[in-house]
Amino acid sequence: MSEHIVSAKTNIAVWLTLLVLTGVTAGVAFIDLGPFNTVVALVIATVKALLVVLIFMHVKYTSDKLVKVVVISAIFFLVLLLGLSLADYTTRLLM
Amino acid sequence: MADSPIAVEHHNPALKHHFVDMEQQRQASSLGMWLFLATEIMFFGGMFCAYLIYRYWYFPDFAAASSSLDITLGTVNTAVLICSSLTVVMAVRAAQLGKRQQQVVYLALTLVLGLAFLGIKGVEWTSKFKEHHIPGPTFNFQASLPGHPDEPVDQHHAQLFFSLYFAMTGMHALHMIIGVGIFTYLLYHAWKGAYTPEYYTPLENSGLYWHFVDIVWIYLFPLLYLIDRKK
Repeated sequence: MSEHIVSAKTNIAVWLTLLVLTGVTAGVAFIDLGPFNTVVALVIATVKALLVVLIFMHVKYTSDKLVKVVVISAIFFLVLLLGLSLADYTTRLLM
Repeated sequence: MADSPIAVEHHNPALKHHFVDMEQQRQASSLGMWLFLATEIMFFGGMFCAYLIYRYWYFPDFAAASSSLDITLGTVNTAVLICSSLTVVMAVRAAQLGKRQQQVVYLALTLVLGLAFLGIKGVEWTSKFKEHHIPGPTFNFQASLPGHPDEPVDQHHAQLFFSLYFAMTGMHALHMIIGVGIFTYLLYHAWKGAYTPEYYTPLENSGLYWHFVDIVWIYLFPLLYLIDRKK
């Protein structure tokens, strides 16, 4: 985004972290955590997504504030969609 | 230091006349790509919403259907895409540093990894076809609910899972194919020396697209493949 050039070292570190987190996700799936399996998997996925967005996609280094506005807005509306839909459906009494 | 629009300057030939300088043009292009990605988030978001609701309703059937997916191939594919995001980032970095050769190498590697992902997807879908797990008249999913060996999976609910599986991974694969097309274009132009430290915007923005498709998969993988694997 800005002229800031991310060091090769940082890129490699992020890449290795992403690979390790992928392994952890797959491994934890075989451990019985009850309903927390899904939570753990999604939390790890979100950490991975954040690493990609902030560093690989340069959002951490950009001087352009509008990019951050767009990213946060998109995430906000997605959370609104998923959050309100699930709040409705999961709180219904089914026969 | 913005160029004065009135002064006679040496302009980068890539600078369009309605921009004051290259940096403004670059930021505008980047913002444009981010706005498109925001629409893509909504696009995939709708399918994720449908998936989450049906998964909530029919969790045991979905868990059984999910377990029929190949977790090894899914994990490998996730790793393949993560590696491809690294090669994309290194390609952009090479352009920033004015290294044409490196750009070409990293873009070529990205293409190889992208095609590998699609190949593995093809293998997975072929096995689904052979097992009669593709929704439609031939659909037949024989399994019992996890933890209840005497209760069979509901065919309609299982078919729902696979409809969502093929819709979501299919749409993702379509995005990968488009990405492969874009990066083939980039590879050719990078080889021709089109991308320099002063102008590498197409590389940068295509990279944003590629990373986004990677992020979609980062969420697809646990949601589709890892519903309930504890046995």
